[in-house]
Amino acid sequence: MLGGRARALSRAYRPATATPIPTDDDAELLRALRAGDEHAFAELVAKYGPSLLRLAQLFVSSRAVAEEVVAETWLAVFTGLERFEGRSSLKTWLFRILTNKAKTRGQRESRTVPFSALAADGDEGETAVDVDRFLGPDSRHPGGWAVPPRGVPEERLLAREVRERIETAIAALPPNQRAVITLRDVEGLSAEEACNVLGLSETNQRVLLHRARSKVRAAFERYLEETE
Amino acid sequence: MNAIRDLACQEIVELVTEFLEGTMDSPLRAAFEAHLARCDGCTEYLDQIEATIMVAGTIEPEALSPDFRARLLEAFRDFERP
Repeated sequence: MLGGRARALSRAYRPATATPIPTDDDAELLRALRAGDEHAFAELVAKYGPSLLRLAQLFVSSRAVAEEVVAETWLAVFTGLERFEGRSSLKTWLFRILTNKAKTRGQRESRTVPFSALAADGDEGETAVDVDRFLGPDSRHPGGWAVPPRGVPEERLLAREVRERIETAIAALPPNQRAVITLRDVEGLSAEEACNVLGLSETNQRVLLHRARSKVRAAFERYLEETE
Repeated sequence: MNAIRDLACQEIVELVTEFLEGTMDSPLRAAFEAHLARCDGCTEYLDQIEATIMVAGTIEPEALSPDFRARLLEAFRDFERP
């Protein structure tokens, strides 16, 4: 159960970038970058550029503006390179710079993502699972499953359509939930790193993650049922 | 030891994230695990959540356009190092 199938798979399929510790590769690339090596920069752009652009697009309205934010982020990296102490991973450092720049940009565009205001996602009081799925207070087992979830066929987990459905469900989330699940589950950051990048308290981060995962799971389950 | 009353499935689904984050105190964790051990529905629920997390981890970002990539490299060349 706890060492269940999905859990084993999740370990097996986690992208290599999920590790919170700066990799030796990054340390090497940073050294080369400090020496002005363009190849090192090209490699860093290849490694982190697409993730930075994806993250920027959560805060600003167009791809063009997101690209500007990514470009500003790299400029800040060149300038601040000497100050990077390696206390966080390079990825977390990059994400934090980007998020600060993107938020400023988003505010100027008056598309503010209110990360501090938890209530702003309008989801207070919502439940992880539809109340109709559970037995009522007059039943023998109040709060027990009336319509329990069914097993996930393992072979379906790697299907492209499943990934697309989950991607669509994430894209439909309120911005702050979307940002948290993107950093945690898509990019593989730890809770502490996600709090650091987004400037959230531990509790707020967890509540947002909970709401996000609950909704994405529900979309996944609907997909499984539709396509049985 | 503080025993915790039995948890209902409807409570389990709200505690799943705390469970996976490892932020539960031990009596609650014990109650959660005891429930899972005897409830297939909640075991499948947890499995679906974990499957969702696993699949989310396989979503790749879109590649940068060659044009944008070239602009970044140009900015690097033009940057005046102190």
